Amino acid sequence: MSERNPPIDGPTGSISGSEGDDELRFRDPEKADALADRLAEIGDELDDPPATVMHVCGSHEQSIAKFGLRSLLPDTVNLVMGPGCPVCVTNMPEVDEAVALAEKGVTIATYGDMLKVSGTAKSLDDVRSEGADVRVVYGTQDAVELAEDLDGEVVFFATGFETTAAPTAAVIRDDPPENFSVLSAHKYIPPAMEIVAEMPDTEIDGYLAAGNAAIITGHGIFDGLVDRHGLPVVVGGFEPLDILAGLVKLVEHVRDGDQTVENAYPRCVTRDGNRVAKEQLWDVFEAVGGEWRGIAHIPNANLQLRDEYAEYDASKRFDVDASYLREQSGSRLLHDCICGDIMAGAADPTDCRLFGEACTPADPVGACMVSSEGTCKIWHEYGGRPDL
Amino acid sequence: MCLGVPGEIREIEGNEAVVDFWGVERRVRLDIVGSAVDEGDYILNHVGYAIRKIPESEVEETMELFETMLDADPADMLTDDVMDELEANAGAPTPATSGGDEQDEEDLLDELGIDV
Amino acid sequence: MSERARDSEDNDERVTLTHGSGGQATRDLVSGTLAAGFEDAPDSLVGLQDWDDGAVLPFGGERLVVTTDTHVIQPPFFPGGDIGRLAVSGTVNDLAVMGATEVRGLTSAVVVEANYPRRNLERIAESMSETCREASAPVVSGDTKVMGNGELDGVTINTTGVGIAEHVTPDSGLSPDDVVLVTGTIGEHGISLLAEREGIDFEAELASDVQPLNGLLGTALAVGGESITAMKDPTRTGLAGALNEMARKSDVGIEISDERVPVTDDVTGAGELLGLDPYQIANEGVAIMGVEPTAAERVLAALRDHPKGENAAAIGKAIGDYRGRVVLDTGIGNRYMREPSKEVVPRIC
Repeated sequence: MSERNPPIDGPTGSISGSEGDDELRFRDPEKADALADRLAEIGDELDDPPATVMHVCGSHEQSIAKFGLRSLLPDTVNLVMGPGCPVCVTNMPEVDEAVALAEKGVTIATYGDMLKVSGTAKSLDDVRSEGADVRVVYGTQDAVELAEDLDGEVVFFATGFETTAAPTAAVIRDDPPENFSVLSAHKYIPPAMEIVAEMPDTEIDGYLAAGNAAIITGHGIFDGLVDRHGLPVVVGGFEPLDILAGLVKLVEHVRDGDQTVENAYPRCVTRDGNRVAKEQLWDVFEAVGGEWRGIAHIPNANLQLRDEYAEYDASKRFDVDASYLREQSGSRLLHDCICGDIMAGAADPTDCRLFGEACTPADPVGACMVSSEGTCKIWHEYGGRPDL
Repeated sequence: MCLGVPGEIREIEGNEAVVDFWGVERRVRLDIVGSAVDEGDYILNHVGYAIRKIPESEVEETMELFETMLDADPADMLTDDVMDELEANAGAPTPATSGGDEQDEEDLLDELGIDV
Repeated sequence: MSERARDSEDNDERVTLTHGSGGQATRDLVSGTLAAGFEDAPDSLVGLQDWDDGAVLPFGGERLVVTTDTHVIQPPFFPGGDIGRLAVSGTVNDLAVMGATEVRGLTSAVVVEANYPRRNLERIAESMSETCREASAPVVSGDTKVMGNGELDGVTINTTGVGIAEHVTPDSGLSPDDVVLVTGTIGEHGISLLAEREGIDFEAELASDVQPLNGLLGTALAVGGESITAMKDPTRTGLAGALNEMARKSDVGIEISDERVPVTDDVTGAGELLGLDPYQIANEGVAIMGVEPTAAERVLAALRDHPKGENAAAIGKAIGDYRGRVVLDTGIGNRYMREPSKEVVPRIC
């Protein structure tokens, strides 16, 4: 081993490739401090603090957690997790379908995030332990290659928002092997933002919108939301400075009562988005209504394969009946979950009768407990917001 | 949502590119990148697909946008080359290898904020 | 299986893969089922209830360290090592982090599946003996069993080790102001295994760091003696898991500075690409130690003079606040460094 003498660097060290260098610029601690100071100044100028702003993006959440950004936020800014983690909002019956297919002997390929998400009775990881063939894939293409390598049926249990659905669409249009099909749990985020904004007693003053989703659809998609609900929307990237800068802009707009869309991620997001990706996305998928875990039934927010691509639709290819799983669990817990109200700031986790009892991080019911930064998960782990 | 990782295109073969991410190379599909790309271009990868070409000029544009948000004199902030600082510090996140004398000891404890 | 399903099926619970992840689920399985009926040795200095890397028993005026480990790994041959090197290193390291850096004896029990290629066994045996020489560890007893084809996936190796510790370095030994050192770069073992297992084709040179550390830790102990207060090898649950265990057992907080933790560019890059936190990734060739502040620089210098410790670094300290938790200064903000609760897999979000 001693001949292998790796160059060592802390995360602030040199990483080859100048784009890597550029991304490091967006992790500069001094600028982060300066932006946090600016945020505190604007917070002090608010008429009615705190400003409650919602991020709707799993990667925002990961970045906020990884870099400890919450410890920089002033008391005047209340940053809440919205329905932004597509895995967390995947409903139990959707997981059940994949579990039922796996139990029938079909090979399930899915992203790692999906493995531990519980259905009504069990997760894909549970059935994998019981001997079912469940594979983790890193990329969409990996699922296709798996089908090429295997003789049996391979179902790609596809999850993610429009950003992730576009690659799934590309794969389906690229003439995949006959034994390949897709069980779509893909979601479409803009309607969910509408629903949370419409919730009674909502406390949300503005949205930090997901940069990567907007890369595909363009930030023009949020114009209607702003018109209808009078809330500012700022599109933000994922590096620490991107997020802090997005919050500075957003809280400024809240302070000034602006009803506008602003793009704080211009290096990736444009007004119209990625035309090719959009075309492929909407050629393969259509938006239909569906239940988001613990939140609400949301119109036009689930992406399902269009009839033209029915041959690749696992829910049509296999006659999946997952009702036996619901009977096994004998549970109607989701009806009691108040995740949507908690997200909207209208309720606290302790207001939920499931919290800490039937709903725990090891065995979560709603999205707020599934997600590592979900409000319920954080309260469960730290008895409230961690004091750092 | 969703992990987007920037990388530099090393090689293009048809609809696929070999892309360098933070020094790690990986194949990426170009089906939906939506613009013409070349070797040396930067793309944002998501689940093995390039979803966007990142023009170098727009990285600057984003930085400039951030600068305008700060109360500090934007000119100062712009001339402040972050990468120079980082490179100057590279390789020195930990104390120097040599030594072990009293001076080093005080330095280490000082850096860690330990008062003995 | 979930709590809810279990309730409705009269406790028909099955063991899941998560029970083997080394985190809370493993602890629950062991304390609730496997070790529930065991009685600890009444005079043990470090025993079953301590959940440490090994036991310490009084033995004719000396402190006898005993540890055992069963090794299962897919794939059995991986970049940087194989199951044989792992089986020897794992047990040697568990002894060493308890303070027993001189191995008095190892046992080796091999269970192999019928139809397993004999040349693979030869490679494994060769690797074991080579690693034993590297660690100066004599194998003093062994056992061999063969199971039917399909009854076992290839080969499993159990090794048990004994040694004598002059000074015991338990997980629970930290006090506030102790400097926390790590002996090398982290994350290589877990990331390279994951890449190999999931068929993720990196064009980088990722290789496991699996190696016996008793020589390195012996050098540190020779220099630091009793001022080395605690040692642990951050295996399955990574640096985060090991530090959290040390914080809990020592009843201190631990503060770690992100920029001080040595990580190779390849691991950083692969982590960024796969959405993995290097702190939650398994290691097999590094150890963590707590050192009293006045000896910290001396011990660090000794580690760095050793070929297996040239990337050693002081990464933080034990503190009186935040007892039982690990706080990470990210350079931008602070956060808790959490123990992974489940098997670490690549993510897309």
